[in-house]
Order: sequence, then structure tokens, then C-alpha cells
Amino acid sequence: MSHEVKNRSPLLAVNHLSVDYVDPPHPPAAALREITFTLQRGEALGIVGESGCGKSTLMLALMRLLPAAGRIVAGSVRLDGVELLDLDEQTMAALRWKRIAMIFQGAMNALNPVRTVGEQIAEAIRLHEGVGDRRVLARRVGELLDLVGIAANRRDQYPFQYSGGMRQRAMIAMALACSPDIVIADEPTTALDVMIQAQILQLLADLRRQLQLSILLVTHDLGIVAELCDRVLVMYGGVMAEYADADTIYNSPAHPYTQALLRAFPDPTRPAQKLAAIPGAPPRLNDLPPGCRFAPRCPYVFARCHMAAPPVYAITPTHSAGCFLVANPQGGAA
Amino acid sequence: MHRSTYLVSKLAWAAFTILFVIVLNFFLFRILPGDPARAGVRDPRLTAEAQTAIRERFGLDKPVINCFASLNPLEPGDCAVNPLDTQFFIYAGNLLRGEFGISYHTNRPVVEVLGERLWNTLLLIGAGQILAIVLGMALGILAAWKAHTPVDYGALGFSLLAWSLPTFWLGIILLFWGSAYLGLPVGGKYTPGIDYANSWEQFADLARHLILPSLTYTIVFLGEYMLIMRSSLVDVLAEDYILTAKAKGLNHFQILKDHALKNAMLPMVTIIALNLGFTVAGAVQIESVFSWPGLGGAIYEAVNRRDYPMLQGAFLLLAVSVIIANLIAELLYSYLDPRVGRVNQS
Repeated sequence: MSHEVKNRSPLLAVNHLSVDYVDPPHPPAAALREITFTLQRGEALGIVGESGCGKSTLMLALMRLLPAAGRIVAGSVRLDGVELLDLDEQTMAALRWKRIAMIFQGAMNALNPVRTVGEQIAEAIRLHEGVGDRRVLARRVGELLDLVGIAANRRDQYPFQYSGGMRQRAMIAMALACSPDIVIADEPTTALDVMIQAQILQLLADLRRQLQLSILLVTHDLGIVAELCDRVLVMYGGVMAEYADADTIYNSPAHPYTQALLRAFPDPTRPAQKLAAIPGAPPRLNDLPPGCRFAPRCPYVFARCHMAAPPVYAITPTHSAGCFLVANPQGGAA
Repeated sequence: MHRSTYLVSKLAWAAFTILFVIVLNFFLFRILPGDPARAGVRDPRLTAEAQTAIRERFGLDKPVINCFASLNPLEPGDCAVNPLDTQFFIYAGNLLRGEFGISYHTNRPVVEVLGERLWNTLLLIGAGQILAIVLGMALGILAAWKAHTPVDYGALGFSLLAWSLPTFWLGIILLFWGSAYLGLPVGGKYTPGIDYANSWEQFADLARHLILPSLTYTIVFLGEYMLIMRSSLVDVLAEDYILTAKAKGLNHFQILKDHALKNAMLPMVTIIALNLGFTVAGAVQIESVFSWPGLGGAIYEAVNRRDYPMLQGAFLLLAVSVIIANLIAELLYSYLDPRVGRVNQS
């Protein structure tokens, strides 16, 4: 799935986005720092990291749906050149789902249990396209369900009458209801069994080709990213670790965290190889290390890592990493 | 299980429970000590003939049921009597005809007395409950929506205070305040000795009498409803599907109306149904403070006078109203929550 990176203006451009969680009287927690990436039309970008690395915070920040304690303190989010962070709430609400839709973990609790699946899909169409005719809505909902492989006559059923995989499909149908430019998929296959996972990923891949969708795929599963994504953003502790196209990430990772993450993943070509866990735990937001956030767990750590946070260095125009080793491969040995 | 099967099984259970209560209610009052023939007329000069006459009048000369003259196991009765001519079957037959017997004290049919009192009680708790539900829910929704702000803390504080006030104490305070400063009547249902020019005037007088007791009632239940509505809605608003609704571009009002309230109403329905069932018993304390001629007062008086037919009728009424309130709650559940009464088809 090679993607040709053209020199046109990106559909979505996120620049130096930083988010704090405030909880007075405690000092604000730096949940997200200096996140920069772009998403082209039709491109799939994987956002990868451990639990608590800020993936979900990033997604919610893009939609301006952070919980009350979350504050976007710096940066910009441009959709087709329009700065989303400057829009008033009403304009932003009109843009949600119409331009950027989200696929939550539908297998869990992302669908309202007391309303039919059809109603919940129709609601988005009614809201954003002003369609009020019940028959038109029913037909549209039927088509959407059909698109994701659910029989249209199940539109009047409730989420609890669906299986986990079907709920996830219904969630995808709902996300596609208003033909959005961008679909953010937040761990879309979590809590599904492997067979269903594969089906859902195949569905996403098909839909993407069919509808020219741009996809932001949030996951902790590198295997899923390899299947679906053109480019990958690896996050660690709220900062960018590495950002490159998928081939580069898998074949020549520059950041020690990316390397460790890959070693912690099974390699089908070497089934006998033992998986290497990364020692330690991800940093807690209220107790961040002073320098590089990965320093306490990094095998190549040297003195400078504990003193300053590394900037994001460009290795090639399409490959960058936030590590001192990129600028100075000898590191502490030099 | 199909939906109609659910409804039928709930109805059947309610009917079965009522049947059980009818039987229990009969024997309960036959086990209780004391001879109604004596208790009704406390006069040592009462002759044996007079006592027999009283027993006959209330049907107490008949055996309780086949083989038992009374419920004393040492006092076996005749097994050869016509079963339909025993107290139990006469009681059951009378119930079917809507007759609950004659009050030992007032000598009026129990149905008549209870009906009058029930109507008064319904008037009082109806006004109080509707106000409490509407205000409590509104305040709860407001507090949940503004959770962890001064508005929320203010509403919480008020509700906790209202909930913890002793009913009789609040009643007395309101009675003092209302009668002294607002000129409201101190008790009863109507001002005694008044000739009303028209029914509108009569209604106005009733309404003035109703203000203080139902206000007391409202305040007592308001806090409970507010606290439950708030905590239920706060939970629902933290659910994933609320985030989905926000991401869909719905505004606050739409989220509340279309996604949060129906889910948050479930605990409210439970508590309202339970309260309604139990308060048909009458808010005894409020009725006492305001001399309101309701069911609670009637039960209290009947206990003091050992007026068993009254108590028997009142107990049945209470049991039935609790059962019916529960039944309504269950039926509302299946309407509010599609998961109730259906089976997962996947």
C-alpha cells in the first residue's frame, strides 16, 4: 500500500499541538506536547503508542471534545486551511461528523443502548443534512448498513441485539453517514476476536479505497497499522517519538522506543524468537522525567537525555524522530 | 422470551401476589389477640346476649374455616360445616363484591370510610408528589449538567438538607410560619362552619388548606429525587455514547434530550414507583401535623381502636397499591429500556 506523497496542501495539518490537563491546585499536567503531522486526502495515518501515551487525547483535541479539564495550550489544527481552534462552538459542532467523523470502540458502549441502531445513524443525517423524511432516512440508513455488510432490515434493532462485530460495523456505518473527509478510528478492533478484527480491518481498507477516505487510525497494535496505514506516528508519553512512512518505521526505525516496540511484537518470519518487553512503565503525567520522557526506559540513555527534552529531528524530508541519537549517533559514547 | 410474554408474566405475578396478600390479610387479623366484641364496646355491663348479638352482627360466630372454630389449634372445630359458610369464604365472597365489612368503631362500611380517606390522601400526595418530581428532576438535571460547579454544590446542599429534615419538624415549622405570616389555615380540609357561595369558593378553600401539607410533602421528597436524578445523570453523561453524541455534532440540549434522559430515568422510575406505593399509606406524620383527614390518620386511629375490619381493608389497599406501583414501574421499564423483557437475539 505505497502512497505517493505529493506536494499539495494537506487535508489536515496539525502543528505543534499541545494539551494540558488542569486540576487546580495541582500544576497543569503536560498531556500532549508539540504534536505535528499532516494527513493527505485518501491517506491512512496510524497513531501508535502504549496506553496513556496521549493517543486518545490527541484525537479528542482534534475534534475539540476534550474533557472539561483538558486545555489546548498551543498549536494549530487546520482542515483544508481553516483553523479549527478558532471556530466558535456552533460552527465546530456543524463540522463534527460532517467533515470529521469518529469510529469509537463500538463493540463496547459507544452506541446508546436504548435507541435503535437505525435511529442513531439517521440522527446524524437529519442533523447535518436536514433530511426529515422518514422514508428517505430509512433508505439512507439501509444503504449504509448494506455498505458495511449488515442486512438493512436490522436497522430497527437495538445495539444489544447485535454481536460485537456487528456493533463495530454499525459504528462504521454511522461514521460514514454524512460522507466525511476524515474518519478517526479510535482502537476500532479492541475487544473483538481475531477473526472479527480481520473482517473489520478489511472493511475499513475496502471502504477507504471505495470512498477515498482519509483515516486516522489510533491503536496500540502495530500489526493493524502495518495492514492499513501509509504513514505512522509513534507517540510516547504525550510527545512524538517518530513519524515516517510505514515501510521506514518497520524496516529502519530511528527512535529507541520504536525499535523496542517492534521487538515486543511477534515477527512471523522468526516464530521462535522471544518477545522483548520494554522494562519500566510509561511516565505518569504528574511525574514526568525532566529530560526526554523515554529516558528512564531507554537502553541507549546518556547524560544529556536526563537534562533536556530532545527536539524532533528530520532525518529525511519524510522521516523524523525525537531523539538525540538522530543528531549524534554516538550518543553518550561520543 | 417475547415481549408480550414478559407483560403477561408480570401481570400474573402481580395477581398472584395480591391473592396471597388477601389470604394472609385474613389470617393475620384472626391471629391477633383481643375480642372485637368486647373491644368495640368497653363496658363491663355488656351482657352475654349483647356480646353474642355483636358477634353475629359481624359474622364472628361462624367458624374461621373448615375444622377451625378459631385459629387456636387447641380448639378444633367442626369439619362438617358448609365451607362457604365459614368466615374465610364469606370474606372472600364479600371482597369479590367489593365489600370490606363494617367498621367496628364507626359502624359504617369500611369501603366508604377508606374511599373518603383515600381520596383526601391522593389529593395531598398527588399535589406533593407531582411538585416534588418536577422540581426534583429539574434541579437534579441542572446540578448534573453543571456538575462540580457552585450551582451543583448549592443544589446538592439544599437537597441533602431537605432530605434530612424530620418530616414532623418541617411540618410544624411550616405550620407556624404559614399560619402566622401568610394567614394560611392551620389544619383540616375545609374551614369549619362556612357556607360556600359556589363550588369555586369551596375549591379555593380546599386549595388554601392543601398548600402547607403538600409543600411539606414536596420538600421532604424533593431532595431524594434531586439526588437520585443528579447521580444517575452524572453517570450517564460519563458514558461513551454521550461522547459519540458530542462527536456527532449534537448540542448540549439535544444530547440531554435524546441520549441522556431516557437512560437516566430508570432509577427515577424505580424510586418514584416505590414512593407512590408506600405513600398511599398516607404521610402519617404530615396528616397528623396538619389534621388532614387522610388514610394515614385513619390507620392510626383504627390501630388504637382495634378496628380490625378497617385495618384489614386498609392493609389490603396498601398492599395492592404497592403491588400496582411496582407493576407500573416494571411496565415503564420495558418501555424505557428495550433490553428489559427481550432476549439477546445475536
